[in-house]
Amino acid sequence: MREMIINELVQAMHELARGFAHFLPRLIVMLVLAFFGWLIAFVVKVGLRSILRLIKFDKLSENAGASQLLNKAALPSSSELLSRFAFWVAWLGFILLGVSILGIFGLEDQIARFFLFLPRLFVSLFILFFGLLAASFFSRAALLAAVNANLPSPRLLSISIRALIIVFVLSVVFEELGLAEQTMLVAFGIAFGALMLGFAIAFGLGGRDLARRFLEKRFAGGNGE
Amino acid sequence: MTVRERPLLLHPEIKLAEESFLTDDLVRQLINIGEVDILVGLPTQNNIKTVGAVVQQIQSGILRWFPRERAAIINVDAGSRDGTPELVTGISIDDVHRVSNLYALRTLHSISTQYSSDTASGGVLRIILSAAELLRAKACVVMSPESSNAEPEWLSKLLMPIYKDGFDLVTPTYRRHKFEGLLITNLLYPMTRALYGLRIREPYASEFGFSGHLGSQFLGQNGWDGGKESTDLDLRFTLAAITGGCRVSQAFLGGKEHVERRTADLVPAMRQTVGSLFSALEPDFAFWSAASGSKSVPTSGSDPGFNLEPLRVNRKRLREMFSSGVVELDSVFQSILSPSTLEELKRIAVLEEEDFRYPAELWVRTIYEFAAAYQKSVISRDHIIQALAPLFRGRAFTFVVENRNSSADQLENSIESLCLEFERLKPYLLEMWNVGK
Repeated sequence: MREMIINELVQAMHELARGFAHFLPRLIVMLVLAFFGWLIAFVVKVGLRSILRLIKFDKLSENAGASQLLNKAALPSSSELLSRFAFWVAWLGFILLGVSILGIFGLEDQIARFFLFLPRLFVSLFILFFGLLAASFFSRAALLAAVNANLPSPRLLSISIRALIIVFVLSVVFEELGLAEQTMLVAFGIAFGALMLGFAIAFGLGGRDLARRFLEKRFAGGNGE
Repeated sequence: MTVRERPLLLHPEIKLAEESFLTDDLVRQLINIGEVDILVGLPTQNNIKTVGAVVQQIQSGILRWFPRERAAIINVDAGSRDGTPELVTGISIDDVHRVSNLYALRTLHSISTQYSSDTASGGVLRIILSAAELLRAKACVVMSPESSNAEPEWLSKLLMPIYKDGFDLVTPTYRRHKFEGLLITNLLYPMTRALYGLRIREPYASEFGFSGHLGSQFLGQNGWDGGKESTDLDLRFTLAAITGGCRVSQAFLGGKEHVERRTADLVPAMRQTVGSLFSALEPDFAFWSAASGSKSVPTSGSDPGFNLEPLRVNRKRLREMFSSGVVELDSVFQSILSPSTLEELKRIAVLEEEDFRYPAELWVRTIYEFAAAYQKSVISRDHIIQALAPLFRGRAFTFVVENRNSSADQLENSIESLCLEFERLKPYLLEMWNVGK
């Protein structure tokens, strides 16, 4: 009995040691990967920051109206934010690669999903940034054109155009991310439909006399001929 | 031998780019002409009402002043649908013989070519310059098809200083109504004078004469393939003559007919003129930053003066559009103007009509800040030009009110004091220009 217990204990100790011997190199590889990943991510961050500064990305972001949003949220400049984001994505990628080497059951699927999600995340950020840029550009163009044409309420027109473009961009971004696709689709449909209905009612009410005159001229005149 | 090869044989120095820029038909017509001494460029677009008279005046001018010279008229048309090109090439010189009893000793050629209106007037000028180079013209003149009051003497006044006296560029001066050409008197003339150091009254002219040498120099300098073709180059041409050290003179042509302008015409006009001037400042920085003061330009003819007849100007609308512009475009102005200038604009925007004045100093500071913002592209450059339009209306209102009862001398003094303000504040532009460099 005593010997059996000792044998079991020794066997358990051997298995533990074997398991540890099996795990330790993988852990070391993971740590090495994490370390080199950090180095690579740091280089990516510094390189990206330099490139963004070189192409005056902050100015572009200011034009898009993104800088104002970041300032309000007490966040750093857009080039700094983007380079930090790239750092974390790159480092997290290496860490997850290391974790997958550990061979922990169930984690591999999640890691694969994360890597599959990354391109969509980048595309979404790209769409969001250029969407904001387009919203800012077109709303300002509308504002200037309306002011120079002496149209009433130019700012309202400008804000409406900006809102319309941003709603459209957000719906595309959420669809790309695969988040609440149905909700966003319905919300966009309702918002866009409401806007168009509003325009239709406004033009209908405003132009009913004109429409009546046109129809009378068109059909009453046609009958008389 | 193909038609494309012949000009190369005639003038081997001409670049292939220019060859391919001209249509085969135009190259063929130019080859048929050979070489000329004088070339008249006539850009048109649906000008059938006025162009006939202009062509007759041109023909008459050539017969009277240049009967022994080889001359040609080139009409560059932007796709007229009213038969303008046919009218230009169809006008017989016999009509001029009958009216003026003048006879040509040489054949006067008249050719026409079409260009895409998308290329703006930069494309027109390029065609005229290329044709002048291919024809080895000694002196060229560009005439406006809208100048129905043009006279044969205009040709002599614009060409003689080049042909006989060795000038490179002759710009016109006109007797305008005192409230006509406010963009020129309040911005283009004073700013060009302050920065480039030459007192050219009409730096952006629809009629001007130039030497073949200046034309070739400009043709070679410009980065035509860099998208600049879409911008207006008439003002750039004048500035290139100044920066190139060319001899410039002015000629008084006479009265300039008043043309009714719509409110919507201001922004395109500002794009063509102010946009062109602002875009020239960057490549010309070395020149204008070193220039100081201003020199007068040799001018032939009498003092143009001003037409002082009453002219109805909707002052109320000018002021209202200024005030609403300042309020509505606040977010845009924040990107362009300094806080102190913007504050001052907001202060005057709420003043009553009787008290409202847009002082010269504030106007000059505004323009210089806009020029610096344009150089730094703080927002879209076209938006910067558009944002200037309401402010210009405020300045135009002030100019009209201040000079309502002014005599020609008082008006001249008013323009002169504005020019001096532009010159005095030039260091401010340099300071703004260098911020952030």
